[in-house]
Amino acid sequence: MASLAPTFGRGAMTNHWNDIKNADVILVMGGNPAEAHPCGFKWVTEAKAHNKAKLIVVDPRFTRSAAVSDLYAPLRPGTDIAFLLGVMRHILTNDKIHTEYVKAFTNATFIVREGFKFENGLFTGYDETKRDYARGEWEYEIGEDGFAKVDPTLANPRCVLNLLKAHVERYTPETVEKICGTPKDKFLKICEHVASTGNGERSMTSLYALGWTQHSHGAQNIRCMAMLQLLLGNMGVPGGGVNALRGHANVQGITDLGLLTTALPGYLALPSQAEATYADHMKTRRFKPLRPGQTSFWQNYEKFFVSFQKAMFGQAATKENDWAYDYLPKWDTPYDVLKIVDTMYEGKLNGCIAQGLNVLMASAHKGKALQGLAKLKWLVVIDPLETETARFWENHGEFNEIDSAKVQTEVIQLPACTVAEEEGTFTNSGRNIQWHWKAANGAGESRSDLEIMAGIHTRLRALYAKEGGAFPDPIVNLSWNYARPEAPSADEVLRELNGYVLEDVKDPQDPNKVLMRAGTLVPGFGALRADGTTTSGCWIYTGCYTEAGNMTMRRSTDDPTGLGVYQNWGFVWPANRRILYNRASADASGKPWSTRKKYIAWNGSRWTGPDVPDYGPTVKPEASVGPFIMNPEGVSRLFTRGLMRDGPFPEHYEPFESPVANSLHEKVASNPVARVFKEDWKEFGKADKFPYVATTYRLTEHFHYWTKTHLINAILQPELFAELPEALAKEKGIGPGDWVRISSARGAIKCKAVVTKRLPTLTIHGKPTHVVGIPIHYGFVGTARKGHATNTLTPFVGDANVNTPEYKAFLVNVEKTTAPAGAPSV
Amino acid sequence: MATLQSLDIKRRSATTEPPPHVRGNAIEVAKLIDVSKCIGCKACQAACLEWNDLREEVGYNTGVYDNPADLSPATWTLMRFTEFDNKGNLEWLIRKDGCMHCEDPGCLKACPAPGAIVQYQNGIVDFVSENCIGCGYCVKGCPFNIPRISQADNKAYKCTLCSDRVAVGQAPACAKACPTQAIYFGSKDDMIAHAEERIVDLKERGYANAGLYDPKGVGGTHVMYVLHHADQPELYAGLPNEPRISRLVELWKGGTKPLALAGIGLAAVVGFFHYIVKGPNEVTEEDDERADQINR
Repeated sequence: MASLAPTFGRGAMTNHWNDIKNADVILVMGGNPAEAHPCGFKWVTEAKAHNKAKLIVVDPRFTRSAAVSDLYAPLRPGTDIAFLLGVMRHILTNDKIHTEYVKAFTNATFIVREGFKFENGLFTGYDETKRDYARGEWEYEIGEDGFAKVDPTLANPRCVLNLLKAHVERYTPETVEKICGTPKDKFLKICEHVASTGNGERSMTSLYALGWTQHSHGAQNIRCMAMLQLLLGNMGVPGGGVNALRGHANVQGITDLGLLTTALPGYLALPSQAEATYADHMKTRRFKPLRPGQTSFWQNYEKFFVSFQKAMFGQAATKENDWAYDYLPKWDTPYDVLKIVDTMYEGKLNGCIAQGLNVLMASAHKGKALQGLAKLKWLVVIDPLETETARFWENHGEFNEIDSAKVQTEVIQLPACTVAEEEGTFTNSGRNIQWHWKAANGAGESRSDLEIMAGIHTRLRALYAKEGGAFPDPIVNLSWNYARPEAPSADEVLRELNGYVLEDVKDPQDPNKVLMRAGTLVPGFGALRADGTTTSGCWIYTGCYTEAGNMTMRRSTDDPTGLGVYQNWGFVWPANRRILYNRASADASGKPWSTRKKYIAWNGSRWTGPDVPDYGPTVKPEASVGPFIMNPEGVSRLFTRGLMRDGPFPEHYEPFESPVANSLHEKVASNPVARVFKEDWKEFGKADKFPYVATTYRLTEHFHYWTKTHLINAILQPELFAELPEALAKEKGIGPGDWVRISSARGAIKCKAVVTKRLPTLTIHGKPTHVVGIPIHYGFVGTARKGHATNTLTPFVGDANVNTPEYKAFLVNVEKTTAPAGAPSV
Repeated sequence: MATLQSLDIKRRSATTEPPPHVRGNAIEVAKLIDVSKCIGCKACQAACLEWNDLREEVGYNTGVYDNPADLSPATWTLMRFTEFDNKGNLEWLIRKDGCMHCEDPGCLKACPAPGAIVQYQNGIVDFVSENCIGCGYCVKGCPFNIPRISQADNKAYKCTLCSDRVAVGQAPACAKACPTQAIYFGSKDDMIAHAEERIVDLKERGYANAGLYDPKGVGGTHVMYVLHHADQPELYAGLPNEPRISRLVELWKGGTKPLALAGIGLAAVVGFFHYIVKGPNEVTEEDDERADQINR
């Protein structure tokens, strides 16, 4: 999301699950789909079985995905950028890029301002006191015509491609080996496989998940792959793409609906304090094309924004009051999970509603989260399961040490029913919105989340209506037109997300002709208007529920081309497009790059193919409209201008806890703009006390902290363990099944030892470096064996762009120990 | 289990009478486990527990991924994980262990209880619990170390190849649940043909010794494996290279059997007289308590 949107225009999996079967090379890096997405992994199996695809796995651990791979290489946690910039260097210096694609469909030829530089680990504009960049110079040369300057010959040294070549020049195979610990021969072998797809005949898909996001430079990990896929011409084609595999059935859905605290549904922006008025907000969102004739689809921002406000506030949103702009909260700073926990810890948060989040176990640095929860006045936990968060005040010996008598927090548990006990939709990784039907009634007094939230809202609304207050308007005027206000149906909510026509829309040519009738559902986002006559709760979902019915209920298995394009199964945003940017599957003249990868092509009068073109269906190739229609450039970005906080190109920064110095630039070791709270600087460990690199992950037998409450999952993987390389175990006299104590600067856990060849001892900067792996999943509530919270160990720092905690790379020490008190020893 | 009809039985333990012959068109079935496609997700284990309504006790981590630690009366199938350093290239060999449903079943041969073990015409070998006397001979007779005797009820248990599902035209629960189609189910001929395709693919990917595991020593099996290293089956958590029914069992089935039967007959006569003289055995309270403990 934080890197795909700046690169391509939209922050989502670009292809979809079924499409993986069309790949020739599958690169699994930053994820472990066999473990975390076993059902989706079937498409990898299909590609291998029917497409003779090669599966490559690059991971610190030899994973379940690696078990069925053709080629595996290890790397040190937190060094993916060095590895991938090395791959980019390889294909650039060996001329393996898809040059025609790169020239036509990326900003390779755009000329960057003279002021932009990269020196000693920093880009232009760094302010050390603010830990932030002034990003003004990270921009194209703009000509007098207002458009960005380009040099199609690439002769200008300030062209993006030339700057990129210079930037990656340092990442030789030797440097990659030194930083990542990946043996040079394996690295080069992988480079060859990757390079084999840079030609339009073959394609590579990238599958990743939280192995890339959970780093202080997570967004830039993904950026590297986005750039690599552009250089190879693997975007918009079958079997290509950068594919974020979502860890929950509906993570894509919640992201679409405004997960980030600075976003509104449909990736509209929640205004910040700097945007006091509607005019302020719109000023920076005109998105004028940066090249002649480009679509720059975000030019329509105002239509989506106004339609959203109308969905939210109905008749209270008028042109006169700037569509109730004042009703929206204006943010001062992003409130991600780390910020919330830090605010609790500082004693600045009175209450907290934890809905479907076991924050005590899931937040980094459990000790801090525990102290934070104890400072709340009240805590509401909405969950189908008993969670540690709801029981944070209970003393469970060394598993949860707390003086219960001193905790004053009032905890209220509201039992929610599970997904199978309510109807609604899931939006999967491939952006497919699929309806699910209710299978059973919820247990006991449980209610659906919808009902619980509606219950809270209707009561609050009544209180505000009765008692007033400083500013009751947004709450008492919230549009709430449901048949049963205390229990809206998922059907009603989905219609609302799709949007309605509020007034008859007449044909501008013939005022007697009504194009859309008031009260009908909007057919697609092209019909949304900025004059307050349409509503849409989430503009990208528009089209999912039309007058023709609920599109998310469709279940047709028709796939006319056999490419896995099930156009009538569910509804895929945007506009039912299965592969994003699919116009790029044809060359500039509209001809497919190859017969094998034929997808969307120009037939002389329109763009045709098995998918909905992600493009104007009748825009002629000669018009030179770029395939990346969301970007004002019309093309994708190898250089992201100022759209990412930590640089327009990725750069290798060490994790905040690293066993070695940054050999590329010692003074700038870790991400220079990642946010660290004052108190947490002293909580980072050093290699003298914590010499081993640790990483955390999920196991296929469990799902987060839920399934430990379920007997079968507990049978299949009963107890917390850590995986240790054989060399480390030997050094420490640790045998399989022994108890070990693992400590970081923030705390310690005890667990069983799994001694394995699958965790490497890598040679980093010439020194042997052990990598330790620790699964999550266990806690002090549930059916599985009681265990420590793995997040006792993890550092309190996150990605520079979205603050996802750095769960994947930190330092620990390992010692042999005895069973925790209260744990039966076996 | 015994969920197919008696008309489908091809062989019956400790029985000399010929089986029914009226049905003769059964297709021999087989489950093909493609180890090279297995990701060790244990969905098959979960499906087995769900379908057969089995629940093991929550165990411990013993330093490996294998959980539960071994087959048991409530664990009929189990992933066994082996790390294999193949000349500097690591391999993680994950084999789903369970009953092989031998064409020549050692368990059935060894079983002294009439009708406690049956083989259906489709090849499935099934335990009929109400006839089982818990003697454990099937354990000795099995070349793959599969059956387990329950302490609670003194019966032998193992995978039924979901004979109840197969009887109504369904694939076994494990095959149904497998996300990567590493478990295939169908006629034995089809499974062999499918395996051949897979072996070609594996050879192309550099596994020169890829092959099918369908050991002739037990007359072939109705659960077969595709192995990357078919020349070294023992790499896969000790899968026997050339499994054979134990010599002792062969002997029992041969000359010594009439002698032993005479012995059993004698014991029955003695038992009868014991009953006449001393009356029936009575269950004491202590016996009940002990039984309760075991059952718990």
